[in-house]
Amino acid sequence: MHLNINNLLSLADDALILGHRNSEWCGHGPVLEQDIAISNIALDYIGLARNLYQHAATLINAGATEDTLAYLRDVIDFKNHLIVELPNGDWAQTILRIFFFSQYQRLRYQQLLLDTDKQIAAIAEKSLKEITYHIRWSTDWVLRLGDGTAESKARMIKAADYLWPYTEELFVDGFITKREWLATIEPVFLEATLALPSTKQLLQKGIEGEHTEHLGYILAEMQYLQRAYPNSEW
Amino acid sequence: MVTKKILDILSTVTDPEIPVLSVIDLGIIRDVMVNDDTITILVSPTYSGCPAMDMISMNIKLALITAGFHNVQIQQVLSPAWTTDWMTESGKQKLKGYGIAPPVGKSFDKMYLEELEVACPQCHSTNTTVISEFGSTSCKALFKCNDCKEPFDYFKCH
Repeated sequence: MHLNINNLLSLADDALILGHRNSEWCGHGPVLEQDIAISNIALDYIGLARNLYQHAATLINAGATEDTLAYLRDVIDFKNHLIVELPNGDWAQTILRIFFFSQYQRLRYQQLLLDTDKQIAAIAEKSLKEITYHIRWSTDWVLRLGDGTAESKARMIKAADYLWPYTEELFVDGFITKREWLATIEPVFLEATLALPSTKQLLQKGIEGEHTEHLGYILAEMQYLQRAYPNSEW
Repeated sequence: MVTKKILDILSTVTDPEIPVLSVIDLGIIRDVMVNDDTITILVSPTYSGCPAMDMISMNIKLALITAGFHNVQIQQVLSPAWTTDWMTESGKQKLKGYGIAPPVGKSFDKMYLEELEVACPQCHSTNTTVISEFGSTSCKALFKCNDCKEPFDYFKCH
């Protein structure tokens, strides 16, 4: 399957926004090792976003660069899935989002390995190694918190209920089916003694530019410098 | 020969985060192409988000400019993806001497760090435990030695 430019920007925006969200934990992690872990994961996402934006910029041409794509587009132009722009919440919500999203990402990037665009296939090949680490790390946390104390379990149930409606959007563009994704989620939930939530799906679509209020705040923080001082560098 | 000279220069350019390793030791130099006075160097990034990569590219350019090569282009190559299997044997020995346990085995032989037998770079005991899969940089994990009690970095198989 060949990607159009919006599909490519959607992949890049997902990586940038989730990278930004995870980076908010830097200096605030529950323990030093986990602070470092999530900051490293954030870096992987930002690196992935850069590779995708650089490639998108060559396809768009017209003066586009990785920086104009990241810093000079507005909310309605961003095509990330809603799940990545949601606030971090507590640690349970943070790690569960990474778990849900990484499992989706692995399936998606395995498909991209076969993309006719060689550069996209190369980016996918590079990123899959890193995605494997993210899945391993977040799976460990789902098990630890889900099958942990009464408090940690309650937090996981709350996080799962909150995130679940947003997972539906991962399948609307038809690249990945919910069924194949669920097959990666179910065994881990079972082992973590967690039930799959039954909360209803959302109709809003981030991939078409219909975002939650949260994205505007992220962009305001992330784009402030380039907007206030165009072309500034350091 | 020009290529040989360039490779010699590259073996003096080190990773800013692991200064004992040169870019050659790391195995990130994929090719050196000389076309008249233009030199193109193909570099594979270690990790997508490794902040050292931009600095490494700059240091390569600086080293070559100092040696009189002014027209240097650095191209990033993502495929095949970099693996620790490309690290040189002398690179692994240098890591060990520096206090970082070198990668054990081939990339992705094993899924879990807990299953690896990683030797402590201080006392060489293999009675070691993983503390965290993510260490001070993307490429490292944090271990501790149960015998000499020293914590140490392990350069992950990747």
